[in-house]
Amino acid sequence: MRYVLRRLAFMVPILIGISFAAFALIRLAPGGPFDRERQVPPEIERQLNARYHLDQPLWRQYWIYLGGLVRGDLGPSMRYRNHAVNDIIAAGLPVSLTIGGLAFCFALGTGVPLGFYAAIRKGQLTDQLGSLVAITAICVPTFVAGPILVMVFGVKLRWFPVALWDSAWHTVLPVLTLGIYFAGRVARLMREGMLNTLHAGFIVTARAKGLSENAVFWRHGFRLGVLPVLSYSGPLLADLLTGSFVVENLFQIPGIGVFMVNSSLNRDYPMVVGLVLLYAVLLLVLNLAVDLLYAVLDPRVRHE
Amino acid sequence: MSSPGTLARSPDSPGRRAWMAFRQHRPARLAAWFLGAAIVIALLGPMLSPYAPEAFAGGQFEAPSWRHWFGTDVHGRDVFTRVLYGGRLSLAVGLVGATLSLGIGVLWGAIAGYAGGRVDSVMMRAVDVLYAMPTLVFVIVVVTALNGLLAKWETAGAPVSPTFARVAGLLLGIGAVSWLTMARIVRGEVLSLRTRPFVEASRALGASDTHILVRHILPNLAGVVIVYLALTVPAVVLYESFLSYLGLGIQPPAASLGTLIAEGAAQINPLRIYWWLIVFPAGSLALALLALNVVGDGLRDALDPRAGR
Repeated sequence: MRYVLRRLAFMVPILIGISFAAFALIRLAPGGPFDRERQVPPEIERQLNARYHLDQPLWRQYWIYLGGLVRGDLGPSMRYRNHAVNDIIAAGLPVSLTIGGLAFCFALGTGVPLGFYAAIRKGQLTDQLGSLVAITAICVPTFVAGPILVMVFGVKLRWFPVALWDSAWHTVLPVLTLGIYFAGRVARLMREGMLNTLHAGFIVTARAKGLSENAVFWRHGFRLGVLPVLSYSGPLLADLLTGSFVVENLFQIPGIGVFMVNSSLNRDYPMVVGLVLLYAVLLLVLNLAVDLLYAVLDPRVRHE
Repeated sequence: MSSPGTLARSPDSPGRRAWMAFRQHRPARLAAWFLGAAIVIALLGPMLSPYAPEAFAGGQFEAPSWRHWFGTDVHGRDVFTRVLYGGRLSLAVGLVGATLSLGIGVLWGAIAGYAGGRVDSVMMRAVDVLYAMPTLVFVIVVVTALNGLLAKWETAGAPVSPTFARVAGLLLGIGAVSWLTMARIVRGEVLSLRTRPFVEASRALGASDTHILVRHILPNLAGVVIVYLALTVPAVVLYESFLSYLGLGIQPPAASLGTLIAEGAAQINPLRIYWWLIVFPAGSLALALLALNVVGDGLRDALDPRAGR
C-alpha cells in the first residue's frame, strides 16, 4: 500500500515534466494555431493572441496552463472555437476506449494461446506454423491490414459495414485491423517467455516431483512465461486506448486518435498537451498496475 | 549454436562462431538471400522497367497485364515501376534511419552508463520523459519543425531539393524517436561491463576514460547492438511508411511504399475494386518487413549467448 502511494506521488513531478516538455516542444514547431485561416486584421490577431494568452512570455503561459490543470481544466481548443479540450476528449474517448479495449482483448486472446502452444511444442509443426503466423502478423501494420480487410470483407464479400460507428457489426473490422499486428507481437513475446521459463530449475523440480506435463506448463510455466507479455501490456494498452489515427480515419470513427494527429498538425496547443497528458497518465497508471501484477505472479518480486 | 564439428575444425572467435550459427539458421539464410535479391532489384530498378515512375505509361486503372505487371494507377502510371522506386526509397530510409538511431542511442546510453551517478540519472530521466510521450505527436512536431527550418534555408537561397529536404526531415524525426530503447539497452550493458575485471585492470594501468570506452566498452557492445539494429531497421521502415501514409513523409509525385498504400486506400469504393493498387504495395512492404524480421531473429539467435536453445 505504501508502495502504491509512493509511486502515485512520484507521478506528479513526472507528469509536470511531461506537460512542460510537450508544451515547449509544440511551441518550438513553426507556425501557430491561427495560421491557416484567411488573413485577419492585425488588431483582431492581437485580440486572439490576448484571449489565448499567446502574447505572454512562454513561462507565464505555462503557469496559467498549470493553474487550469490543477482544477482539472485542460483549457480551450484553439482550433475548434468554443469547445473545451475536456469536452472534445469526453466525446471521443469512450469510442476509442471501446475499440482499443476490444483490440487489446483480441491481441491477448489470440496471441497468448498461440505463443503458449508454440512454446510447449517447440520444434514441432505447431510451433513452426504458429511462429510463422506470428511473424507474418507483425509485418501487417494497421495501414496495410485496414485497406485489405475493407476491400475483402467490406466491399467484396459485404459481410461487415465498412464505415461509421453504429452497431456491434461496425466494431469487427476496426478491431481486427488494430489487433492483428499486436496479436503477433504478443504471441512472439509469449513464446519467448515460455521458452525461457521452461529452462528454469523449478520446472525440472516440478517434473521430478512427477507432476503431469499439463500441471507443469499451466501452474508453473505459464505464471512466469506470461511476464514479458504483462510488461508489454502496459504501453500497449495505453497506446490502444488513446485511439488509432489510421483506424479512425479509415473507418470514419469519431474517436480521439484523429485529434492526436490533427491537433499536432494544426498547432492546437492545448489540445496536444491535453492528449499527451492523457496518454502519459494512462501509461503511468497502467505501468503501476503491471508492476503490482508482477508481484502477484512472480513470488520473487517484492515491492518495497 | 554451431555443431561440434565446425568448432573442432576452426580456431574460432565469438564473431566467427556467431557467423556460423547464423549461416545454419535456415529461415534467416533464406530471408537474407531474399533481401539481397530485393536490394539488387531495387538498385537495378530503372533498368528493369521500361517506364519512368512518374510517366503516364498507360490508361487509367488498367488491371495487371503483360505490359503492366502490377497494373496502372489513377493517372495511368505503371504500379510495378512505382513499387520498385518506392521500395528503394523505403529500404534506404530504413537503413539510414536505423543507423542514425544507433548512433544517438549508443552514444547516449554509453555515456550515461559509463559516467554513472547524477549524469546517468539526468540522462535517463530525459529518456523516461520522452518515452511517456506519444511517439506520433513527437515525430510530427520534429518533422514539421525541421521542414520549416529547411524551407527557411531554401528561401534564403541554399540549394536544397524539396524531396531531399523532406527525406532529411523525415530521417531526423524518426532518428530522434527511435533511439530511446537502444539507449536503455546500451546503458544496461555498460553498467555491467564497467565493473568487469578487464576494465578495472585497464584503469589500474592508467588508461584514460576515452581509451576504456573506445577500446573495451564499445567492442563488447557489438553483439547486443547488432541484434537490436537488425530489429530497428524493420521498425524504421514501418515508421517511414506509416508517416508517408499519413502524408507527412515522402510527398507525391515521389513515392514510398507508404504513400502508394495510401493512394490505393483512397481508391476503395463500393462500385469497382482496384485491388492491385493495394495488394502489390502492401504485399511488397509486408514481404520486406518479413525478411528483415527473420534476419533479425536469426542474428539474435546467433549472437545472444542466452539464446542457446
